[in-house]
Amino acid sequence: MSAALLVRTLRDPASAGTLDADGWNRLLAAARAERLIGTLAYRLEGVALPDAVRPILDDARRDSGREAQQALWEADRAGQALRGLDVKLVLLKGAAYVAADLRAGQGRFIGDLDILVPRDAMPAVERALIAAGWEWVKEDPYDDAYYRRWMHELPPMIHVERDRMIDVHHTILPLTARQTPDAAAMIADAVHITDGLYILSVEDRIVHSVAHMFADGDMQGGLRNLWDIYCLLPDADPMALAARATRHGLVPHVRQAQRLAGAIYGSGAGLTLWDKLVRARLLARDGWGRESRKLLVFAFFVRSHWLRMPPLMLARHLLIKWRKGHRPQ
Amino acid sequence: MRHAITLRIGPATFRIGSAWRQPIAELGRLYATYPDMDGAIADFTVRLQPTSLARRWVRPSIFITGDHGLADAAPMSLAHGLLAAEMGMNLQMALGWRRHLLLHASSVEKDGRVLVMTGESGSGKSTLAALLGERGWRFMGDEFALLDMDSGAILPFPRLVSLKNRAIDVVTQAVGVARMGPLLAATAKGDIRHMVPRGDAVARMGEGGMPALLLFPRFGHDAAVRPVGQGEIFMRLTQASTNYVALGEPAFTALTRFVANVPARAIDFPSGDDAIAMVDRLWEQLA
Repeated sequence: MSAALLVRTLRDPASAGTLDADGWNRLLAAARAERLIGTLAYRLEGVALPDAVRPILDDARRDSGREAQQALWEADRAGQALRGLDVKLVLLKGAAYVAADLRAGQGRFIGDLDILVPRDAMPAVERALIAAGWEWVKEDPYDDAYYRRWMHELPPMIHVERDRMIDVHHTILPLTARQTPDAAAMIADAVHITDGLYILSVEDRIVHSVAHMFADGDMQGGLRNLWDIYCLLPDADPMALAARATRHGLVPHVRQAQRLAGAIYGSGAGLTLWDKLVRARLLARDGWGRESRKLLVFAFFVRSHWLRMPPLMLARHLLIKWRKGHRPQ
Repeated sequence: MRHAITLRIGPATFRIGSAWRQPIAELGRLYATYPDMDGAIADFTVRLQPTSLARRWVRPSIFITGDHGLADAAPMSLAHGLLAAEMGMNLQMALGWRRHLLLHASSVEKDGRVLVMTGESGSGKSTLAALLGERGWRFMGDEFALLDMDSGAILPFPRLVSLKNRAIDVVTQAVGVARMGPLLAATAKGDIRHMVPRGDAVARMGEGGMPALLLFPRFGHDAAVRPVGQGEIFMRLTQASTNYVALGEPAFTALTRFVANVPARAIDFPSGDDAIAMVDRLWEQLA
């Protein structure tokens, strides 16, 4: 499994010194597929590298630098668009890590801009963003209605000139999920960084990342999310984190994230049987960058939907999606 | 993957894996004169994989992907496996290459100076580069010209030349059938046949040159030569580049310098012979 090689190299960069050409090819393919190539490039700084590898990692560092710059610009533009509204604009995920210069942001791939705003401000936020040039991506009325009724975020929007997406969150997890983290509390405790922009508190950053990885989604890109969590954990006081996890109803999820981050990227941790299944799912990537362990991956895909909605609603949703020609990867 | 080959083209190394033998065998034959890169560390991984489990065996259908891929890439028939491999390599370059500014252009070199030709698919830039490569020019590439952002030089990317429809017969007559790949009939872009570049193009694929003339060829019209304004050239070249935005300011600086220093003309031509006469005349006058 090349994902295992990837996490070993992130954990212990010096171990890259023993790789042969085939090992490097497998490592680079897995790192690209998991969108961890920029992170890998930063981790391998100072390690002696083969001549053929150095330019590949230089390119990856340059790409992540540009993504960080773009993310900050998009955050600035969103801040500008919402300036008149008297709304706390909280940056989430990659943009937040880069804006606060956190270790999790180093070399991180950043796609869309994710922001969190109070739910009662949504209509005004939506109007302000549209006035500033963002427009809807999805044309499908079912998808639009689904997002608005059940999801924790607006349907994605894209800026007409800059071609960059924004995800506007008003809650932490889908409204149909079993856990209901307290978004209002997260916004209330958010930390001001600059110019009307906020990021979540140290503990909430971790809880938010954990919520998305373990209580939602099918673990696609999970190795990168777990790397975020691994980098964020040392900043938090364990007692404060436990208290915050209790407040948001995510104690078992946070504990599992701590165990897996320790086992995969840190100095080790005891794992339960369920942890080991999750680890097997996270490491399902072969030396060509392909997803392996198809059955396990599919099981996690099914689980993600199970977590998201009650059975009857799930059946109806899957039927509609199937009729529209959507198939799981 | 079951079948694999590693190829080096210009500055880039590709590790190509395939679920089927045929595309790799065809690459092995047509790239036989290129450097042997077996077991090298590759810049990019390309994968030719079945679109679904059954499609490996039943009416085999190729999904082209790799380090960089497009989720909605059109599936291809195994009969067009060679084209799929070429497209896979182009896809990696277009989406992933950062060491030079990529121009969607063909290029040829003479006396250390380079002629760059850019245009849409069907403009005749590939055919023209292939024919010039047989007549005293060194063929540098028919798909991407690599602009070095420090030195301003153009570097070669001499992969197989991809010839379409009517160009196939014209070039086969000029170079002989031994250097031609299999005829790939009825692809999405019509009939396609690949041509192996001459030995000098491969032997000198690490060697660039300063650009001396830029042409915008257009096949199928009465012969005409038009000047092109620098603003238009700049815009057309940014549109012809897949990594201009990703490279940011260095790309802007390099492209500005290219546009300011390299004379340019748009040329219309009704046939290959007319085009070659026009190129020779313009090279004499301007380069």
